[in-house]
Amino acid sequence: MDVLIPILAAAVRSGTPVAYAVMGEILAERSGVMNLGLEGLMLFGAFAGFSATRFTGSPELGLAAAFAAGALVTLIHAFLCVTLGGNQTVSGLALAMFGGGMSAMLGRNHIGETIKGLMPFDFPVLCRIPLIGPVFFRHDVMVYISFLLVFSLSFFIFRTRPGINLRAVGENPRAADAMGISVSRVRYLYTLAGGGLAGLAGGYLSVVYSQMWVEGMTAGRGWIAVALVIFGIWRPLRAMFGCYLFGGIDALQLRMQAAGTSIPAPILLMLPYLMTLGVLVFISIRSKSGILLGAPASLGAPFRREERE
Amino acid sequence: MKNGSAKPLVAMSGIDKIFFGAYANKGVDFDLAAGEIHALLGENGAGKTTLMNVLSGIYAPDAGTVRVEGREVRFRSPRDAIAAGIGMVHQHFMLIPVLSVWENMILSMRGIPFVTDKRGTTERIRELSERYSLAVDPEAMVWTLSIGECQRVEILKMLYRGTKVLILDEPTSVLTPQEVRVFFDALRKVTGAGHGIVIISHKIEEILSIAGRMTILRKGERVATVNAAGATRETLARMMVGRALKNVEKTGEPRSHGVVLSCRGLSVHNDRGARALDDVGFDLREGEILGLAGVAGNAQDELCEALAGLRPLDAGRIILKGKDITGFSPREFINLGMSYIPADRKGTGLVSNMSVMENAALKSYWKKPAAERKFLINWQYVADMTQRLIAAFDVQTQSSDVPVRNLSGGNMQKLMLARELSGKPSVILAMHPVWGLDVGATEFVRERLLEERARGAGILMISEDLDEMLLMADRIMVISRGRIMGIIDEPKSVSKERIGLMMAGTPMDGWRVGEVAV
Repeated sequence: MDVLIPILAAAVRSGTPVAYAVMGEILAERSGVMNLGLEGLMLFGAFAGFSATRFTGSPELGLAAAFAAGALVTLIHAFLCVTLGGNQTVSGLALAMFGGGMSAMLGRNHIGETIKGLMPFDFPVLCRIPLIGPVFFRHDVMVYISFLLVFSLSFFIFRTRPGINLRAVGENPRAADAMGISVSRVRYLYTLAGGGLAGLAGGYLSVVYSQMWVEGMTAGRGWIAVALVIFGIWRPLRAMFGCYLFGGIDALQLRMQAAGTSIPAPILLMLPYLMTLGVLVFISIRSKSGILLGAPASLGAPFRREERE
Repeated sequence: MKNGSAKPLVAMSGIDKIFFGAYANKGVDFDLAAGEIHALLGENGAGKTTLMNVLSGIYAPDAGTVRVEGREVRFRSPRDAIAAGIGMVHQHFMLIPVLSVWENMILSMRGIPFVTDKRGTTERIRELSERYSLAVDPEAMVWTLSIGECQRVEILKMLYRGTKVLILDEPTSVLTPQEVRVFFDALRKVTGAGHGIVIISHKIEEILSIAGRMTILRKGERVATVNAAGATRETLARMMVGRALKNVEKTGEPRSHGVVLSCRGLSVHNDRGARALDDVGFDLREGEILGLAGVAGNAQDELCEALAGLRPLDAGRIILKGKDITGFSPREFINLGMSYIPADRKGTGLVSNMSVMENAALKSYWKKPAAERKFLINWQYVADMTQRLIAAFDVQTQSSDVPVRNLSGGNMQKLMLARELSGKPSVILAMHPVWGLDVGATEFVRERLLEERARGAGILMISEDLDEMLLMADRIMVISRGRIMGIIDEPKSVSKERIGLMMAGTPMDGWRVGEVAV
């Protein structure tokens, strides 16, 4: 047990940035807009977060900047996909590459610089629960906010009026439109919110997790987030479990590296990604028909009112 | 207003709607009074649905005015129309399958609590449901409902929002005759409560039994508005089609020489993995129309898919012209003369986003003369062929390059029929061949099928419309829960009630379930 607790705690910490991106993508995809640009958005967020923290000295402002950067860049995606009805895959991939290149260029001066980010603190009372306490309640505030986010999103999507409208737009925009929901407003709103959360995810990486700027520091977490949305069948709670699974393998491989196993480091580094792939293969095989259960029916399809189907 | 009483609920005047330079509506006037059922009659593409899409805020008119209770309105979106008390039930239902009934009801509503109130909502739905005799379970998930139930949900959804004007687009096309009667009674209760109803339809008899007035549209223009009292089927049909109607008549006995298709012991699963078709065996003869009667959802789809080679068999054999083709690929089925007219035009039958020409070639592009060498397609030949098919089947389309989704339902059906019949097939699986078609198109499709029958093709016709069955079929086979309940050699000798009993699952006298229908 003593060996396990630090690994589980590290899993939560490592899964948190991915979780922010996943929650954002769930919102966007529930509205019918797929955003494959998470990797780029996270890098933008990581850069903006680091930069803002460095200049203002406030990690809170840094994280706010990260959110804003993610949302702002996503505006391109929303405009292309919602207003112009363009191809979401192409636009998303472009965003991913744009984010990678742009953040690397802008961040050149930050290499080697350090900041003082958010520090962990023991959550009052709850941190004393055996097992649960040390695993979940001895982190920084962003981890606690992520718990809140997951539960409130779950409640929001399934139990509230705007949540029903959101699901309707992603399932059948024509019907939603006929019922008087503004499809483009809903899609803009949740795509931007999703982009903001992806930015925040990147911000968490640079401002809290590593407290430095490294080019390409997301290391594919944005792509993992896209996969984990599918793993979570577009449900926040299930997806959160996926995030921690990813985080757990990540933490485990780090520990194995530190312990000096004979397995080469690149192989260990691959493990979390291989696990994600494996899980996707597994759930795709299980849903025999090949239809991904729970996917919003209109995911990826642009909507124009006066066009016949 | 003709009867000059109160202000009309709705008055539309001089409505123009132009799509790609063509008038879908031209100078149309229409009005509706409270407590009235006003029918919009017309052929496919006459502009009925377009006119009502203008009224419900989906389309903005290019000219003309809309007044609701005397006040001029300009709807920018369906939300404005709903707020003004106008609700439309579309032919393709606007429901969200993954949501429950009550969630669908409160969709997009404002002024209700942020956190949804399930108990209160379902209670109010039950109340409405009882008041208007529109039975639904508010807690059911929409995807589990039958089409008839979905329709009731749609109507309740509008009433739940306080709609004064209810627009119904082809409401009876998804109902059996018995259901239509119940449905019309419910509509009368709705108008009795002071609502106005517009019914879009092309089924003249039904409309005569329910509507007070009817407005006839043809090619986007209003032909006339008449009272139901005094109107006759013939005059209305002439106004709709612009000419007198022919009577489709079957002539000659089937040339029942040989069996063209025979299957034995067919069993298949449905998409959900349950046994759908259970030990079905029958023979289809050359030059006959064999009708398959049954209530929707009794494995008719699965049977046709199995016979078209699209659905794997759990057991049984399919023999086409003496050749055992069990387990062959769908393309081999096509090459051997199996033609399939699916119910689902836009999904299985045609590729919506591909052009008319490409769709026309879908079942021949790999064969000479459409195919050239190994991988190339002779587009010149395909273009000529498409022109011939369009002309022969009178498909109304701007050109053969437009995507099929731009065609009206009737024209899609004609295009599909043109493709399926052009190869002189030995067997035609025709599912609901006239579903959703207007008088003129129905007549046309039936004539073509009868021509194929006369040519010697064996036709398996699936329909839920018993009148159509009795008109067209040489023999009628009845299916219930995936099993054959008997085969009637002389359809005219049997009452509709008797067939109805078989459809409900009572085998024909002396019939042993599992027997081969020859």
